[in-house]
Amino acid sequence: MVQKLDTLIETPSQTAGPYVHIGCMPTYAGNAGAYDLEIGESPIADGAQGEVIEITGEVIDGTGWALRDAMMESWQPDAAGKFPGQAGADPKVSGYCRFAADSETGKFTLRTVKPGAVQARSGAMQAPHISVWVVARGINIGLQTRIYFEDEDNSTDPLLNRIEQQNRVQTLIAKKTAEGKYTFNIVLQGDNETVFLDI
Amino acid sequence: MSDRIQDRGPLIPRNRAAHPPAYDIDYKTSVPRSPRWSLLSLESGPSEETGPTFGHEILGEWDNNLIMNWTRGKAPAVGERILVHGRVLDENARPVPHTLVEIWQANAGGRYRHKKDTYFAPLDPNFGGCGRTITDENGYYEFLTIRPGAYPWPNRGNDWRPMHIHFSIFGHAFGQRLISQMYFEGDPLIYRCPIAATIKDRGQLDTLVAPLDMAKARPMDFLAYKFDIVLRGRRQTMFENKLEGM
Ligand SMILES: [Fe+3]
Repeated sequence: MVQKLDTLIETPSQTAGPYVHIGCMPTYAGNAGAYDLEIGESPIADGAQGEVIEITGEVIDGTGWALRDAMMESWQPDAAGKFPGQAGADPKVSGYCRFAADSETGKFTLRTVKPGAVQARSGAMQAPHISVWVVARGINIGLQTRIYFEDEDNSTDPLLNRIEQQNRVQTLIAKKTAEGKYTFNIVLQGDNETVFLDI
Repeated sequence: MSDRIQDRGPLIPRNRAAHPPAYDIDYKTSVPRSPRWSLLSLESGPSEETGPTFGHEILGEWDNNLIMNWTRGKAPAVGERILVHGRVLDENARPVPHTLVEIWQANAGGRYRHKKDTYFAPLDPNFGGCGRTITDENGYYEFLTIRPGAYPWPNRGNDWRPMHIHFSIFGHAFGQRLISQMYFEGDPLIYRCPIAATIKDRGQLDTLVAPLDMAKARPMDFLAYKFDIVLRGRRQTMFENKLEGM
């Protein structure tokens, strides 16, 4: 026998299930008023600095079907690359949003400001990106990914450069469709499967 | 961003063996919704080590009392009254204070108040089914609620969910984000449930089963169940010489 480590093991994940919205987005579940104030309704308040953008997309399963019950959360810094709570961060940016696939069409929309670049621990600059976490019925542990932007310089981003199959990098890059408008699909499985992260 | 020592340093890489695999043929919805390619593993950075924080100003008076919150104290929900309580800790066994804990559950008959739930068990007009609270400085939380009913679900021919409460926990970093479920000691449906069985390590599954806690039960009022939650921790050594974000 050896000494015992005094560390604990993380609580195992379980699927968020089809009714995750009851707990996280009561209004979406049809239960408006369950809380006086729902969290994560918008990552920005009026007057946030930077370019306001809209990212739309779908969460697509291995058969090509768009999920109607996916819930997502996003986390990002402000336009200058500062996270909420850091000195000098834009007080109009909470950085956090909850959004869901539409229960009829499967489409989601994230309206936010374009984030600034952030330095990694190594000192390298990371290209602007938004962290996204996806949960749904059938997803046993929340899936982490990132949204990068095609109109930014992504060439030296440490994460994108770690992807061996460079043909998969495009799964993390939002496509610009108009001024301030982007599309970004999250593909759970199959052709063009999104690169999911273990960070 | 927090100045607590425990909030510095990279996140300890996730022990994926502690969690269910993405693909499980007995949980049919996971089959088309599970990635086939490997996850890309990297050391955490600011995007994962920071996260949203919530203060008591978001909470309403009844938010952690599911017996009363749907009617704002006017009429109680039907069901067996229970207290669910415990601590949120990290892998270094330190309490996680001031973090948001959200729960949702079916009513005593096994029916959810959700526009998509069509199970014919009746809705309870006095039960909404969601609650939330913020852990105290010791990582402690508690909810007053009713014991949720088991319910059938379309998977194999006759699958039933054991009694369970869904939990969503934030921690202090976006990389700690976790959703799980609490089960109840003694429920024979736990070990027949394909969703519980996505967790392959029996010891890990047992950490989701809350024991009856008579020391916390209040005579002539409610039973109690204790449910502790462990989030990812952060690596700290005396030789950690790089500052956050540097
Ligand atoms: Fe459930």
